[in-house]
Amino acid sequence: MNAMECHPLSAPDFMPLSALNETRLRRLQVIVTRAYDRVKLFRQRMEERDLRPQDIRCLEDIRKLPFTVKTDLRDTYPYGLFASEMRDVVRLHASSGTTGKPIVVGYTREDVAVWTEVIARCLAACGLHAGDIVQNAYGYGLFTGGLGLHYGAEALGATVIPISGGNTERQITVLKDFGVTAICCTPSYFLHLLDQGASLGADFRQLPLRVGVFGAEPWTQAMRERIEAESRIKAYDIYGLSEIIGPGVAIECARQDGLHVFEDHFLAEIVDPETLEPLPDGSEGELVLTTLSKQAMPMIRYRTRDITALMAEPCPCGRTIRRMRRISRRSDDMLIIRGVNVFPSQIEAALLRVEGTLPHYQIVLTREADLDQMEVQVEVTPQVFSDEVRVLEELQRKLLHSIETITGIRAAIRLVAPKTIPRSEGKAKRVIDKRKL
Amino acid sequence: MKIHQVSVFLENKPGRLRAACAELAAHGLSIVTLSLADTEQFGILRLIVEDWQKAKTTLEKAGYVVKITEVLAIEVDDKPGGLARILDTASGAGLNIEYMYAFAEKRGGKAVLVFRFEDPDAALRVLKDGGINVLENVKLFRLT
Repeated sequence: MNAMECHPLSAPDFMPLSALNETRLRRLQVIVTRAYDRVKLFRQRMEERDLRPQDIRCLEDIRKLPFTVKTDLRDTYPYGLFASEMRDVVRLHASSGTTGKPIVVGYTREDVAVWTEVIARCLAACGLHAGDIVQNAYGYGLFTGGLGLHYGAEALGATVIPISGGNTERQITVLKDFGVTAICCTPSYFLHLLDQGASLGADFRQLPLRVGVFGAEPWTQAMRERIEAESRIKAYDIYGLSEIIGPGVAIECARQDGLHVFEDHFLAEIVDPETLEPLPDGSEGELVLTTLSKQAMPMIRYRTRDITALMAEPCPCGRTIRRMRRISRRSDDMLIIRGVNVFPSQIEAALLRVEGTLPHYQIVLTREADLDQMEVQVEVTPQVFSDEVRVLEELQRKLLHSIETITGIRAAIRLVAPKTIPRSEGKAKRVIDKRKL
Repeated sequence: MKIHQVSVFLENKPGRLRAACAELAAHGLSIVTLSLADTEQFGILRLIVEDWQKAKTTLEKAGYVVKITEVLAIEVDDKPGGLARILDTASGAGLNIEYMYAFAEKRGGKAVLVFRFEDPDAALRVLKDGGINVLENVKLFRLT
């Protein structure tokens, strides 16, 4: 594979390093100036450090800049980190926050164009081109997955089926009947489709389907091997997050050995999650991303909490943009359940809302029929215990509703006897993840 | 007069009922009668024990969640229409029964039922006015 075989949009993937670095520095200086001039929180933090935008003279100077974290988005909810006038913001998306309030992200027309471009480059790296028929089973709506993939696939010249998530039987009918050659969804949902397909008599190996673009949740090499063996497709890992742009920050190429980061738009660093000191290429640490071209909401040194390493060695595919290893784990306690970000603190907030006091609880995650299941076990307290079954069942319903309202996830509630949830050194282990990742 | 029922939360798992009963036995507490309400996940064990205070502290010390509820123990003629008469009186007065269960032993040819009314005080008044015998305390319906 070389630049000539790829879509013209992919040209920046193969830029000579010197030109790439020149572009990155120029864009970094522009974005830092933009954020300094227009985002109060960022300007304050720069002033605290006695920094001016003109202090950014080389790429390494990024290390002088303050970090941005997820709570900054929450604290400035909804538009506090926007650097554009609302009349220039043409799109909003939102993802779940830590206390029930969503995190809001905005895009100008130019931002949507960049997003479209990086997704097109992603799909080209996965071997897609004009003429492919793409079943986009990521959720359409506030979630960035659906619309993000949609525009990029159209820009590539593919035919997009905007089926969105859910309705498994219809997904399988469309897969079988529409000549679908590529599918985009979470890897666990694809496994679910595979299993359901088998029971509905659909053999994916007999279909024209040849590529899967899977993301929005961590998955493993073992899962890829199973998917590829059972469906005879190539399964690619796509990475992104709403705070940065949505899907389209990084993608695997045909080598399936690390994800190429679109470094002309996103500057990646690896830091020690404890000391926040920068780590060299090859060292595992927390991924920190800076948007280099985003106008509506520039993100400077955003701590993703995802643990990975950057791979400096050139990829045989010819792309000059660096790769990062697949995300192995997170540096915080965030859980990804059916592609949705959930913090144990959200579960706590939901339980508190119903009970008034926080009971001992435990979150048990399992994977049934390849779909994530969340069970919240709640110890019954004297305050809520009743000798009437219907009162306890009503309590279960309230807890379930509260958790669904805050996280968007339908959980099972299990009332358990006091002191049955194990405590270690007085602190309960909040999450039991039995999913095999 | 109202009597005190000891309700205990149990998970619906093998051995849980036995463990609770063994705890009472170990402290010399005898169960006069009981009922078990259960769902797929959990059960509520309702006990009538003479020394309900000791039963409560014993079970709480052993880590159980316990609730004391006021119930009425009502004598019922052990013949057709015996229960219907009581229910007539209760429904005539608009009393709502949450649940009920029976004593294993009879007392002088009469059955004894435990009633949990939504409003035990109102029920006590209505039943007494209706000439229905509401037992005074647990001892009265022990045979020995």
